[in-house]
Amino acid sequence: MLAPELPLADWLAELDKLSKRSEGYFASRPVILDVTGLAITKRDFAELIAMLYEREIKVMGVEGADPSWLGFGMPPSVSGGKQTEILHKPSAEPPKPQQSFADRAIPSLLIETPVRSGQSIIFPQGDVTVVGSVASGAEIIAGNSIHIYGTLRGRAIAGSTGNAAARIFCQKFEAELIAIDGLYQTADDLDASLRGRPIQAWLENDKMNMAALA
Amino acid sequence: MSQVLVVTSGKGGVGKTTSTAAIGAALAMSGQRVAVVDFDVGLRNLDLVMGAERRVVYDLINVVQGEAKLQQALIRDKRLDTLYVLPASQTRDKDALTEEGVARVMEELRSHFDWVVCDSPAGIERGAMLAMRHADVAIVVTNPEVSSVRDSDRIIGMLDSKTLKAEKGEYMEKHLLLTRYDATRAERGQMLKVEDVLEILSIPLLGIIPESEAVLNASNVGCPVTLVDSDSAPARAYLDAARRLEGENIPMVVPSERRGGLISKLFGRRAA
Repeated sequence: MLAPELPLADWLAELDKLSKRSEGYFASRPVILDVTGLAITKRDFAELIAMLYEREIKVMGVEGADPSWLGFGMPPSVSGGKQTEILHKPSAEPPKPQQSFADRAIPSLLIETPVRSGQSIIFPQGDVTVVGSVASGAEIIAGNSIHIYGTLRGRAIAGSTGNAAARIFCQKFEAELIAIDGLYQTADDLDASLRGRPIQAWLENDKMNMAALA
Repeated sequence: MSQVLVVTSGKGGVGKTTSTAAIGAALAMSGQRVAVVDFDVGLRNLDLVMGAERRVVYDLINVVQGEAKLQQALIRDKRLDTLYVLPASQTRDKDALTEEGVARVMEELRSHFDWVVCDSPAGIERGAMLAMRHADVAIVVTNPEVSSVRDSDRIIGMLDSKTLKAEKGEYMEKHLLLTRYDATRAERGQMLKVEDVLEILSIPLLGIIPESEAVLNASNVGCPVTLVDSDSAPARAYLDAARRLEGENIPMVVPSERRGGLISKLFGRRAA
């Protein structure tokens, strides 16, 4: 649920700050826009929808909007979380063709150079694989799992878009911080006996688990 | 073909200016035309280390802003006539360096010299970015100590993304110069070992410069260590590094001070 405030430009700037802080936050979330009591015109409203679309925020429904604002190409009106308009009965549409394997494959990012201090690799769409080391002061943020064929000295943040099944793998573990689905541990919290070893980390019942791979 | 070399590190006080002077002089000693350029606008030091501070009239900023010709600002070294210094300005700041101005000066330097050695300021701001921008080769100066290594790593990342060469998709040649190295302390675990630094930074090693009084003495007298005391351990290490830079294959050793002459046997220990 997003409830814009006036002036819209300030509100959008605030929104940008938020989505910059947690990359991919809106990536796969249905968003309801609440404009109840907001003193804007039809044109302002259309602009707002366009601005959100530009930010890849997909508005699934609008609450509290003047019915005249909504029309073709606009999200449907909702209230109290339930859709108020009558759904069109689906006509006898042919079933969608099966998606090919290529379409369904989870996207992944392959990096073949060392990730240097100060660099930040952000890939909310899927896995990140690094053939090389991740330096102290560097970070990898992935929507899914992270695989590092080298030493992890920096930060690895997996499952950043809310994926608790994501894992972190690395060949040599010297990390400053690891996180999965927002649950993090710093170097100080982590089991010292695993330092310098190949490890994997995963979540179980909201608890970080780590084990040596060999 | 002329080469632009940047000497950089991220961290301050690791020996960029000393190394710029020593390597610049070493390259000039073989008869090549060398210009050493101070990019540390506002905190200029290279002129002091080169012993040219009393002959500075115009500086890099004057040339960049078109107030002086390059020939007016270049100072010829008194000892080597193929070595020139282009000093920085002490009274201005790094904002006075314009992108176009620097590009023009570098182009002009290239046409006059075999080597243009740029002494980068510390940090990762404008001055450091412009110093590396036009480089063909980079020397990353690092002390065997964790903060210096991490800062160097950051700089290597920038060399690979912010230089003209990197932006054209070409490979940026980078070399590691390990300075202030003390073999005994590294052995005792009080300092990072060479292998550890190489493992973290994963770029080729150009040389290991031992910690030595000769370096301090050289900067006090205002002369590159390779010129004033060319037989000292750091000078030999810099001379080897310069030859490796030119593509020669020289085995990597950490030079040590030569001791054991008759005099040092006679006066080996001072009485209490």
